[in-house]
Amino acid sequence: MSASGTEPTAVAEPDAAETTEPQDTVPWFQRFMERIGPFWTLGVLILLIVAFGIAASSLYTKDAWESTATYAVEYLLLAIGETFVIITGGIDLSVGAMLGFSGMAGALVAQHMLGVHDSSTLTTIVTILVMLACGTALGLINGLLITLLKLPPFIVTLGTLTGITGGINLLNGGNEVSILPAPINSLGIDSVLNGWLPLPVLISIVLAVVFGFVLARTRFGLRTYAIGSNETATRRAGIRVDRHLVRVYALSGFLAGVAGLMVTANLSTAAPINGQNDELYAIAAVVIGGASIFGGTGTIFGTVIGTAILAVLTTGLVLTNVQPFWQQVAIGAVVIIAVAVDRVRTKAGTD
Amino acid sequence: MERDTAGSPDGSDETVAPGDAAPAASQSAKPSAGDGPETAPAPTEPPRVEIRNVTKRYGSVHALRGADLSLRTGEIVGLVGDNGAGKSTLVNIISGALQPTSGEILIDGSPVSFKTPIDARHAGIETVYQDLALANDLNIWANMFLGRERTVSGPLGKLGWLDRGAMSRQSVEDLKQTKIRIPSVASRVGRLSGGQRQAVAVGRAVAWGSRVVLMDEPTAALGVEQQEKVGELIKTVAESGTPVLLISHNLPQVYSICTRVVVLFHGRIIADLKPAEVDIDEIVGWITGSSLIAKEMAK
Repeated sequence: MSASGTEPTAVAEPDAAETTEPQDTVPWFQRFMERIGPFWTLGVLILLIVAFGIAASSLYTKDAWESTATYAVEYLLLAIGETFVIITGGIDLSVGAMLGFSGMAGALVAQHMLGVHDSSTLTTIVTILVMLACGTALGLINGLLITLLKLPPFIVTLGTLTGITGGINLLNGGNEVSILPAPINSLGIDSVLNGWLPLPVLISIVLAVVFGFVLARTRFGLRTYAIGSNETATRRAGIRVDRHLVRVYALSGFLAGVAGLMVTANLSTAAPINGQNDELYAIAAVVIGGASIFGGTGTIFGTVIGTAILAVLTTGLVLTNVQPFWQQVAIGAVVIIAVAVDRVRTKAGTD
Repeated sequence: MERDTAGSPDGSDETVAPGDAAPAASQSAKPSAGDGPETAPAPTEPPRVEIRNVTKRYGSVHALRGADLSLRTGEIVGLVGDNGAGKSTLVNIISGALQPTSGEILIDGSPVSFKTPIDARHAGIETVYQDLALANDLNIWANMFLGRERTVSGPLGKLGWLDRGAMSRQSVEDLKQTKIRIPSVASRVGRLSGGQRQAVAVGRAVAWGSRVVLMDEPTAALGVEQQEKVGELIKTVAESGTPVLLISHNLPQVYSICTRVVVLFHGRIIADLKPAEVDIDEIVGWITGSSLIAKEMAK
């Protein structure tokens, strides 16, 4: 509420009073939540790390870090794209299926190429390109269906989720592909910084930073928020909303392609079940990160924290020997709690 | 009500003069004797925006049957009329949302044709919509520059890297004109009061609308006190030179702030009145059509 940046000309007093009024009527805890903003999730993350660390000190080992971070890669990549989509007010249920499809398509190309000749480098490049292109193309189809047919994103991506899942099995008769060029296999297991930073983790962190800036500092990001906040106003402002939405869904598909590459490389296998149910975790990470499912708000920083919470929760429950089924219960509970807290928080923001 | 506006170099005499301003379609309500000093601001310069004999048909329905209207520097023209009189059709034609069936639109004397609202905006016509068309989750400067964002120079700018500093500084400047206090241009619009949001919407229109600002029911959603503030805001805009076309059902407001009031009735402009010369009941008479009937009878 600082009056910085504006010179009060001909001040109308009642107006000034009006802006401060909502603050006086909200309860203190709402004001508190408002003050700390999206950082409350960071607090939850630290709390989880401390609590699980007390329960099982093995959480603070390199092994635990490596498995937690590697586990988070696939969800983080999908959640970055999902953040853009959710900020526009849409949803992409097909990210997991796109991951599986691009991984499988790329692996099939690799298998075929390695059978014909053994230029591992060329095969690697083509495989990676096929995976990224498949993801992007599938995302593009989502975007075009949503904007050209004016269908709700939920319905379109529910349809493509099912369709693409079928497509994965059609590609290779429901079988796995494990013949991959060596560089891709090593991409999945190599690391830097004495083994503390696996390559897939490094790549996903770099992408998170890049797309964090794209969202927060560029015209593309600003328009993404604008569409989710007020689509009509954005159209009136002369922005080609449909074209922008197609790009956002294509971006989501592209990142699913990257995730497909990472998962395939990490497992050294393209399996038809890769990516299954991932969309639920990606959406959960975005929502825990503070994005509104109705669009207009959300940050990549929040999404990174949201993903980290899911990953730490999973590792922590494993290390404390909790029956695995409780993990899902816990994640479900966290999603609901996160949204409930956020509701309290944004109420203080007078919307 | 009329002020000698900046930018009308003719220095036209105080327009309390009983000038008969009614153009084409009909005579002004008071057939006052004065054909003396001519129509109000001596037309040495062409009107900022002029529409000539504009019609719009939807199948067999004539929404507009030949409307003429001109807006000059510094004017606040109220456009009134009953529901279905053709107000929104006329406004949509000027703002580029609809294309006229026939007729001309001229800006500074040269004819233009708008295919989309974007064309109209490029020509300097800005509209303040009833719902304000603001994105509540964005801050003030982002709303002011939405669709016309400034990027930094150099390769980063090519990638769309925003020049937030420049946009925020410019927004502070632009909003100063509205004389409504805004906490900070970095505040989210959703946190502002109704009057402040109005100021942002109007400020944006004025900042970009170099030719004319259209206001479609700008006060419909506001309380009495804020309506008054918006009225002041509209006057400030006109004083800065940009003519304002105000579409409103709020007759007392139209009567108190407009320099001219034009009345649409069944797709025609049947009266062009000066609030200084007529009383409010007379405007109501034209809106309902009873004055028109009276005039026909008198012939």
